[in-house]
Amino acid sequence: MAPARIAWRLAAVKDVLVETPRAKTLVLDVPGWPGHVAGQHVDVRLTAEDGYQAQRSYSIASAPENEKLALTVERLEDGEVSPYLTDELGPGDELELRGPIGGYFAWRSEDGGPLLLVAGGSGLVPLMAMVRHRAANSSTVDTRLLVSARSSEEVLYRDELARLAAGDGLAVHQTFTREPPAGWSGFARRVDADVLGQVGPAPSQRPRIFICGPTAFVERAADLLVGLGHDTAAIHLERFGPTGG
Amino acid sequence: MSEDPRWLDGNALGGLLQELFGAEMTGAPHTCQSCGTESPVAAHRLYLGAGTVLRCPVCDQIALVAVALRDRHMVHLTGAWRIEMPRV
Repeated sequence: MAPARIAWRLAAVKDVLVETPRAKTLVLDVPGWPGHVAGQHVDVRLTAEDGYQAQRSYSIASAPENEKLALTVERLEDGEVSPYLTDELGPGDELELRGPIGGYFAWRSEDGGPLLLVAGGSGLVPLMAMVRHRAANSSTVDTRLLVSARSSEEVLYRDELARLAAGDGLAVHQTFTREPPAGWSGFARRVDADVLGQVGPAPSQRPRIFICGPTAFVERAADLLVGLGHDTAAIHLERFGPTGG
Repeated sequence: MSEDPRWLDGNALGGLLQELFGAEMTGAPHTCQSCGTESPVAAHRLYLGAGTVLRCPVCDQIALVAVALRDRHMVHLTGAWRIEMPRV
């Protein structure tokens, strides 16, 4: 169980990793961090000199087993918080956050599978924490990860995913909705029933399903999965959008 | 992305609920006062603006309204909420 009291903490930025042209990962040292479960998020709070505060939620990208906490933030052009996090913050800076938060959109390796993870754009972040947690525990749970992105350049953690996909029981599928790479023979369209059917697992295998992405993406994927016969109670959703930037 | 609806879901309310009630509540069931549907807080629709409004995913009835003032939170709850927390 998460500790009852939730406190704002000052995290120290240790490193900033460039993931894609629009996304960076903040690697943080958080004194007193109580540990987290893959899929959980943190609230980040920025305070201006005049006292004005802006607060947003960001998913945790790192596995609970990782020594440092990692948040991957996508820059939203007219965002109030994300441009500061991606463009201004650097090693040595401090950041106010609280967490871990959530328990509904979370997975522990002992929960088992099979798993179907569906990511729209940077919705991959909390699902990556699950994939990393799975790897850190040498879990062989049947896991299908479907990543939808506009182009290959926009896929987070590309190299790491390619490495992990070589392991036992993890299948990584991608679909590119705008610019598939030259010579790409995989999916090159929006997620539809056929894509989800091919990625699997079948409804009869009763997979645990986690979908994260922009609200419209999540709604559509969830409706399609219900249409394919998946149990609504097994489908866990997390939406983000412009009001979350 | 103009096609995107301007709402999120109850996952993003987890921090505030933990601050208010001292417990993780995104997975807790809430029963709608209007249509009677029971669904996890995380599955509700969340509208963020000057205040925070949580709505039933089935009928849109308000489940929670929260406003952060300078020195306090003002929170209005409807329907049936279940809170589970570790005993001290």
